[in-house]
Amino acid sequence: MTAASVTGVPKRRLRDRLPVVHQVRQSVGLQRGMLVAGLVMVGLFILVSILAPLLAPYGFAQRKDASGSFGTQQPPSAEHLFGTTVGGYDVLSRVIWGTQTAIVVIIVAVLLSIFIGVALGLYSGYFGGWLDRVLVVVCDAIYAFPSLLLAIVLSIVISGGQSGLWAGVLAAAGSITVVFIPQYFRVIRAETVRIKAEAYVESAKVLGASNSRIVFKHVLRNATRTLPLIITLNSSEAILTMAALGFLGFGIEPTAAAEWGYDLNKAQSDVTSGIWWTALFPGLAIVFTVLGITLVGESLNDLADPRLRGRRRVAKSAGLVAETSVVPGGTLVAGPGGIEGLEDGETFDEHGIEVKR
Amino acid sequence: MSTVDTIAPAEGAPTAGRPRTKSQGGGFARYLLVRFLLIFPTIFILVTLVFFLMRTTGDPITAAQGGRLSPEALAALREAAGYDRPLLVQYLEYLGRIAVFDFGATLTTNRPVIEVLATYGPATFELVFYSLIVAFAVGIPLGLRAAYHRDRTQDAIFRVLAIFWYAVPIFFAGLLLKLVFAVWLKWLPVAGRASVGAELQLQTLPNKTGFYTIDALLTGNPEVLTDVLAHVVLPATALGLLTAGIFLRLVRTNVIGTLSTDYVDAARSRGVAESRLLRKHAYRPALIPIVTVIGLQIALLLSGAVLTETTFEWKGLGFILAEFLESRDFVAVQGIVVLLAIIVALTNFVVDIIAAFIDPRVRY
Repeated sequence: MTAASVTGVPKRRLRDRLPVVHQVRQSVGLQRGMLVAGLVMVGLFILVSILAPLLAPYGFAQRKDASGSFGTQQPPSAEHLFGTTVGGYDVLSRVIWGTQTAIVVIIVAVLLSIFIGVALGLYSGYFGGWLDRVLVVVCDAIYAFPSLLLAIVLSIVISGGQSGLWAGVLAAAGSITVVFIPQYFRVIRAETVRIKAEAYVESAKVLGASNSRIVFKHVLRNATRTLPLIITLNSSEAILTMAALGFLGFGIEPTAAAEWGYDLNKAQSDVTSGIWWTALFPGLAIVFTVLGITLVGESLNDLADPRLRGRRRVAKSAGLVAETSVVPGGTLVAGPGGIEGLEDGETFDEHGIEVKR
Repeated sequence: MSTVDTIAPAEGAPTAGRPRTKSQGGGFARYLLVRFLLIFPTIFILVTLVFFLMRTTGDPITAAQGGRLSPEALAALREAAGYDRPLLVQYLEYLGRIAVFDFGATLTTNRPVIEVLATYGPATFELVFYSLIVAFAVGIPLGLRAAYHRDRTQDAIFRVLAIFWYAVPIFFAGLLLKLVFAVWLKWLPVAGRASVGAELQLQTLPNKTGFYTIDALLTGNPEVLTDVLAHVVLPATALGLLTAGIFLRLVRTNVIGTLSTDYVDAARSRGVAESRLLRKHAYRPALIPIVTVIGLQIALLLSGAVLTETTFEWKGLGFILAEFLESRDFVAVQGIVVLLAIIVALTNFVVDIIAAFIDPRVRY
């Protein structure tokens, strides 16, 4: 976004400025289909989690009702639509209650990593200095490390491996947080370094604005444009990481909350004896949720990228959208004309964005 | 991070802080050296991080034996192992031991961690190797097609497929594959690296390598080889498809980029066939960023391997790590995690060197 394109454009209408609404309007064809499908799935996920107490036929830790015990590994029936688990829980109820656990973990993990990652990124990018260098190296080291292993180490640290509801949620969310912080840090730092050189920051300096005013008023507001993107991508990663931790036995105890990964862990031996319902439904719940969130994230990502956006309406909003985007897991590559396409010593790419070396 | 789907090697994990030099002549040797030296801070940071994180919960002996022993016996054990000394002293000692490749011994089985690596490492390597083959064989052709048929039906199908592969947790994919192909159809074995008979033959082999494919070849028995290969199909597919989704997306994005360049237009106007255009002109330059990214995938692959191995009882590092976690042997866990960190750092180094070798622009 160059200064010229900002000043040359009249103020946009509200519906064009709302994050997701704007993208839906901007998208065409398949992209719109994917985005809308994703939004519907995410909406359903949120709805189910809110209505869980009404929707679930039983409690997540309930093993018997008025007519006696549920029985273990019962196939799907009228009383238990998805059957029962090896522990004697109702699979459907645990799938439904699991949405609540998932949503809490997403919210805690994303909020924590945003606050810490953005704060560090702003500081690092704006002030530079030795702390900046140290942070960059540390974040890069963490980034290159298998995130699941780090999450395992952290969940040992946070909960000692055994988990009640909050200890379990905090362990999952906390371990995910540390994995995510480098991602926010890198994006915000890169943006901050770029924005710092913009004319409006310099004018603010000349006018005598304090550092904190510049950082929060000018830099932060302009550096956050890619955040919705990373948030969606990280939310899906959060669910996958939590499920993986649960699957490895670092889950939340079944009496404390319903957690899909834990249920899959317990379903492992069932599969070998041909019992499919205990594994299938919690697994599908994970797939559905991650798929929904990823579809939204992917679409936002593509829409933010002029090269990948559906081609018909490009002209309409070119120059207003971010040139920056990310991929789940941060697997990013320099394409032609990307950072690698720079001449030796050049620090601006073809969008006029300063490139950090 | 400027353009989309892009990370220059400079943004890639351990490469930050690489000094910028005007490269002339012997740039490659210099790059090699600088890049090699950068391995050390990366490993140092991770070792430090893991050490202090693991210690914030207390010492490993209390974690493993807590509650089972009397406080006096516990204290005696801790003193014997040196866990009662100041943390900083322990840390420095630990660093010193790491420097000479001593990663400690497991608490439960009292084996050196490095020996655990030697026993279980080959299995993980084999799994990662086969799943990379799956990933390449599936991801790259589909990515090329998707890029070529951009925004049309094929592209849509492949892209949704890639997202779907990403969304399916690897252990769930593993369980489903197991259920369908091993339990219901009985085409392939349920779990493990070989069946009992084959395993026996492999274990009694005089100079065994631990790589079952190689060992099976050494036995000269085709049945053993088929048995070993049949066991690898499902785990490699589960792990490979996850990676294939990432490759597909990468190839697609990068080939779309190269397809719109001027030299591709020029080649097309000269009458170069479309298939050749795609395979030679657009694909080759798009490969360079992909090579770089494979380095970053190693971390992801190892995470995936831990889960795949647990699902398929594939006796590799991930499997044994999960067992040590179960028995709360945190010395072993720490040792394996640090070892894996070193492996990741080394792999990234090798990949970066290969990338620099292919693409001179990387070196600067």
